[in-house]
Amino acid sequence: MPAHDLTIPPATTGRFGVFGGRYVPETLIPALDELERAYDTARADPTFEADVEHLLSTYVGRPSPLSDAPRLSEHVGTRVWLKREDLNHTGAHKINNTVGQVLLARRMGKKRIIAETGAGQHGVATATVCARFGLECVVYMGEEDMRRQALNVWRMRLLSATVVPVTSGTRTLKDATSEAIRDWVASVVDSHYVIGSVVGPAPYPRMVRDFQSIIGREAREQMLAQAGALPTTVIACVGGGSNAIGVFHAFIDDPAVQLVGVEAAGEGLDTEHHAASLSRGTPGVLHGTLSYLLQDAAGQVHPAHSISAGLDYPGVGPEHAYLKDIGRATYVAVTDHDALEGFKLLSRLEGIVPALESAHAVSWLAAQRGRWRADDSVLVCVSGRGDKDVAQVSEMGILAP
Amino acid sequence: MSVTISSERIAEQFARLRASGRRALVPYVTAGHPSPDETLALLSGLEDAGADVIEVGVPFSDPMADGPIIQASSQQALAAGMTFDGVLDTVSRAKLGVPIVLFTYLNPLLAAGRDALTRAAEAGVHGVLVTDLPVGADAEREQWLGDGPLAFIRLVAPTTPQARMAEISQHGSGFVYLISRLGVTGVRETLPPDLPATVRRLRQSTQLPICVGFGVSRPEQARAVAELADGVVVGSAIVRAAGESVESAVTLAASLRAAIDTVSP
Repeated sequence: MPAHDLTIPPATTGRFGVFGGRYVPETLIPALDELERAYDTARADPTFEADVEHLLSTYVGRPSPLSDAPRLSEHVGTRVWLKREDLNHTGAHKINNTVGQVLLARRMGKKRIIAETGAGQHGVATATVCARFGLECVVYMGEEDMRRQALNVWRMRLLSATVVPVTSGTRTLKDATSEAIRDWVASVVDSHYVIGSVVGPAPYPRMVRDFQSIIGREAREQMLAQAGALPTTVIACVGGGSNAIGVFHAFIDDPAVQLVGVEAAGEGLDTEHHAASLSRGTPGVLHGTLSYLLQDAAGQVHPAHSISAGLDYPGVGPEHAYLKDIGRATYVAVTDHDALEGFKLLSRLEGIVPALESAHAVSWLAAQRGRWRADDSVLVCVSGRGDKDVAQVSEMGILAP
Repeated sequence: MSVTISSERIAEQFARLRASGRRALVPYVTAGHPSPDETLALLSGLEDAGADVIEVGVPFSDPMADGPIIQASSQQALAAGMTFDGVLDTVSRAKLGVPIVLFTYLNPLLAAGRDALTRAAEAGVHGVLVTDLPVGADAEREQWLGDGPLAFIRLVAPTTPQARMAEISQHGSGFVYLISRLGVTGVRETLPPDLPATVRRLRQSTQLPICVGFGVSRPEQARAVAELADGVVVGSAIVRAAGESVESAVTLAASLRAAIDTVSP
């Protein structure tokens, strides 16, 4: 059966190579046009940039530090630097994007904010910024994820957000995203949908990347100032891929800097239980964008699996698909088991409990001893802190404290 | 050879209806729901009850434009093993006299291959409607659909600006599907108050027949829509009734038919 050649670039904007686009119901097209215009106008307005920077510095706590990691460095045999997004207000990189998007929604006169969440970090970050500005906030979260991340559900409700359990499909991030889109199709006139990753229809992947690119801009300057050189390699975990694109972006034009994205291999890449869309997926369309996707031969989306709710998504940002295809970034995968080892390792060696998502990046790094010279520098993005995961991991009883 | 015949069947059907001063009843069924065999019985029953065009849904794992009723029917159909070629097989076996429109998301259609549209035409499908492929989204795939053997039915929403309505109509054929309201498919109590104005705006932008759907469930709503438009699409209400029994869905279709036929030419 002749297949569609998804490598032929469609003649439209909002693309990263062939990937990206706007595959959405007609109802949303005018809203996406409006959002794109509002975003481009805001970007050109110094007041908007100043508002974003003000909140990032006085509320989020940016710039986030770059920590050296002496004991992990010794373990790996090269100099390891940690970009500390775990130290942001609310405990992860997610708030970089929600600050930008909520400020944009205010400029657009939207009174109600919708979000989806997997691990709950994006939901908490959105609820937080909505509380700061007195905006109504509705967060869609898979029932299964609500169980895994009960603490974050409680935090969102404390912040006066409405958390709506999603019981359709796999009851995880994929279905929460569909449900948020369904809400937005009905409420598009007065609501703004704050997507939490570099996924979804244009202009979201570009806009979320821009808001997250602060991670890499800071890290590049900090590396030059503290390490005296650019890193040999930049490593970040990839679910939808927002912290990864955020830290990669400032280094894309530095050809000597290798970019490595670490996906969730779940129970193993050769099983059906993983979330490695770039490593094992094929191009397809989900949630408004063309990208690599876990799907069967009939184009039905395959449920993803990861120990980490934040990586548990069968798609991936279209810019990552592009970076993979042009060879600018490399994508690898780490199993649930090894991610837990990374979780333990960073806690014990550096006194930093990483989010299970970030633990995938740490784990891959820790297994690469001998890959780099002793005087090389490797940069790891610690996208979030692991407080949210402590209960889940302790209940598993598989990790002796 | 089937190229012209397939795509023009829908236009011919609407011309015939227009000539006799009637409006079209366009029921929707999810192929494979409640079971593949019942879909067959349902298709024949709907034709007998007076359907003029039937929309046959290709089940998809992530139907983001659909409400709970059609979502559940899609999951049930997929669990029963329904595939794209299974949908075509069902259509082919039903041997209906009325035109058939495939209602699909892009991903399962792309996965079905470059010759999916030809296979569909050979199975007795006459049109295709792709929920998540709006005009201008993807020139390559839109051309594939536009140049294919099926009528390419495009959607217009209440949020669509007038200039874009005209553009959408130019890039479609068969009929224009007007989404009656903001939101996903589902059963609603009332029709949106701005529907007459939206239909009027769309009329100014297209010569194609206009069918209105999303939220139309009861005979009196169908009658009100038939006063405005050339056809009435009823989806979730039919699917919900089909979940009870084929007979309930057919009875509902007959009552919708009767209500629509009270509209004067």
